[in-house]
Amino acid sequence: MVTIGAIIYEPGSTVRNKTGSWRTFRPVLNSEKCIKCEICYIFCPEGAIYEDEKGNFKINYDYCKGCLICSKECPTNAITRIREEK
Amino acid sequence: MEKIDVITGTTAAAIGAKLANVEVIAAYPITPQSECVEVLAKFIADGEFDAEYIKVESEHSAMAACIGASATGVRTFTATASQGLALMHEMLYIASGMRLPIVMLNTNRALSAPINIWCDHQDSITERDTGWIQIYAKDNQETLDSIIQAYRIAEDEDILLPVMVCIDGFILTHTVEPVSIPDEKKVRDYLGIYEPKHAYLDPDRPITQGPVGVPECYMETRKHIWDAMERAKKVIKRVNEEYYEIFNRRYGNGLVEGYNLENADTVLVAMGSVCGTIRYVIDKLKEKGKNVGLLRIRTYRPFPKEEIKEMLEGVENVGVLDRNVSFGFNMGALGTEMLATLRDKKICNYIVGLGGRDITPSNIEEIIRHLEKCEDVETKWIGLKE
Amino acid sequence: MDKRFPREELFAPGHRGCAGCGASILVRMALKAAGRDVIVVNSTGCLEVFTTPYPETAWRVPWIHTAFECGGAVAAGIERAIKALKKRGKFKDRKITVMPIIGDGGTADIGLQALSGALERGHDMVYIMYDNEAYMNTGVQRSSATPLFASATTAPPGKRSKGEDRPKKDMPMIAAAHGIPYVATACISYPEDLMKKVKKACEIEGPTFIHVLQPCTVGWGYNPEDTIKIGRLAVETGFFPLYEIEHGEFRITYRPPKRKPLKEYIRMQKRYRHLTDEDIEILQKYVDERCKLLGLE
Repeated sequence: MVTIGAIIYEPGSTVRNKTGSWRTFRPVLNSEKCIKCEICYIFCPEGAIYEDEKGNFKINYDYCKGCLICSKECPTNAITRIREEK
Repeated sequence: MEKIDVITGTTAAAIGAKLANVEVIAAYPITPQSECVEVLAKFIADGEFDAEYIKVESEHSAMAACIGASATGVRTFTATASQGLALMHEMLYIASGMRLPIVMLNTNRALSAPINIWCDHQDSITERDTGWIQIYAKDNQETLDSIIQAYRIAEDEDILLPVMVCIDGFILTHTVEPVSIPDEKKVRDYLGIYEPKHAYLDPDRPITQGPVGVPECYMETRKHIWDAMERAKKVIKRVNEEYYEIFNRRYGNGLVEGYNLENADTVLVAMGSVCGTIRYVIDKLKEKGKNVGLLRIRTYRPFPKEEIKEMLEGVENVGVLDRNVSFGFNMGALGTEMLATLRDKKICNYIVGLGGRDITPSNIEEIIRHLEKCEDVETKWIGLKE
Repeated sequence: MDKRFPREELFAPGHRGCAGCGASILVRMALKAAGRDVIVVNSTGCLEVFTTPYPETAWRVPWIHTAFECGGAVAAGIERAIKALKKRGKFKDRKITVMPIIGDGGTADIGLQALSGALERGHDMVYIMYDNEAYMNTGVQRSSATPLFASATTAPPGKRSKGEDRPKKDMPMIAAAHGIPYVATACISYPEDLMKKVKKACEIEGPTFIHVLQPCTVGWGYNPEDTIKIGRLAVETGFFPLYEIEHGEFRITYRPPKRKPLKEYIRMQKRYRHLTDEDIEILQKYVDERCKLLGLE
């Protein structure tokens, strides 16, 4: 049922759309090399990099489109890239 | 007791907006509307009225600001005419598409070119398909009452559509008439506060208004407006009766108003102030033993097809006056719609009063004479200079 | 340990922005700086299209879009409606930020009138112009923010053309000419600078204008991973100086240690690939002159 005025009442509902399938390259974060500078976190266009309860940064592959900005910008080369395989 | 003031149609509309306790007004001047927003500005300057008043830089922005304000969840008002309404065109669809109960006064004025500041209905008729309810008032009292009623109609949860109250430029906007001013408290009790359940901008309840209407949903949004228009017929009639109960004034059944229809074989159909002239002619003819009726279309959108059929049952000659032209089809808009509504009747269409050309009693008499002679559907220009 | 950046995500993943989209990065930063008490206004454009395909929205803050040319006016209506609601006792003691986030076309071209009106009337808002220097949503047509010699689909290079033949319209200075309390430029490659400016703008009463340069992988022609690098080069070369004008006082907020040659910036982008070294020299001179004018040697 389309709402009156096509108003969307569910904030952030694009989470249903898993954009991870867009990826051709996968960034892989090596926690040992990570200095937690938050550079990858803030530059991710998807908000797909998050900090877990232990304070480690992780990549959410459900949404990561594989732009590789994180890999490029990481000051310690902690994020490498591998080709996605189906 | 209601106080009586002798005022113009634009002042009547401004008082209507004040009584309705509108919270945000977007104002941009244009002849013949300007007095309406001037009067509101003065109310605010004098501390008689505490609305937010945005002195926008165009009519496009006037409608855009009303949309922003209404989408936030407050009662809004603006006024315009002619070129200003045309400039708003894009935003009119957006107001209805977003289901925002904005109320606007349109003081009917011809469209350029050549530039012409005087009355005809081309401006608002051109916007007939925008999803706005359109009420055409016949005098200044009805202008005030219609603005108040417009909020009640627009904000009804079954409707949620914007309403345009149309009044004839100069003829009503610049002519004073005695107008009964309803009691402020009564009006405010009647309308209440606008507290929308569907559209608001509130950080505590974040919603998205005006998203991309993908093909999977767009058609449904159109059907919703269609259905709301259909429901509006009932609501307009109900509001007309409610208003009568409280304020002791009503306008036909809210959708259409008949005059001398009983036993009339010849009926003129018209909108706006010309109905006053027609009634004058009807009365004169009656003295001579001739029976002519008038059907005034008060609500042009939604178009009251059923009521028209019912009220014109058995009528032989239907003459439709149009203060607008549909170029290329070469009829007036009301004429074509009457033709579509009354498929088995003889309907003559009269193009009258464009760009402030007077419509005189003798014009009306000429129409009646022509109508009674006329054999088939025909469109005729009245009052044209050779 | 203190977090460098706020963790709350008011902009959800799953949106349809291109991989490496600069506009998405800007929105994340702006909302992290502004917090929850914000109402976002978009005009028609990339951002509106890729974030709100019904029935989904990427926004976790109240959001509205109406048309292309009226962002300033819609925001004005919202700002006054909030004032009206406050009279009813709503939003008591809260400063709700009205934040139009509107592209270069919707700001510098078709929306300039509505913006000018809103700035002149003094509405309390934080207007963010996200500048990707062309009409990206419709296929990279030239806008008045397209820089000199850049290629766009309506300003293509050819036998008689070097691409866009006019320099970029100076929007922040146009905004500043309205005498508003705060104007700034920012770039997504400098998140702390950008967020500081957004935060400052949110706190200021009255209209504020932030012009944000936001590289676009599709329109500018580069690999998605280079979005931040290119933005950085735009600033380091002096092509896009970072400054603010607070209550009329101009201040450079980031001074590159030594300006890099413009060529480094230009040669990374396909939209400039038709240019010769001589052409780039012309651009370099133009950038040098502008930097001198702003006191950026």
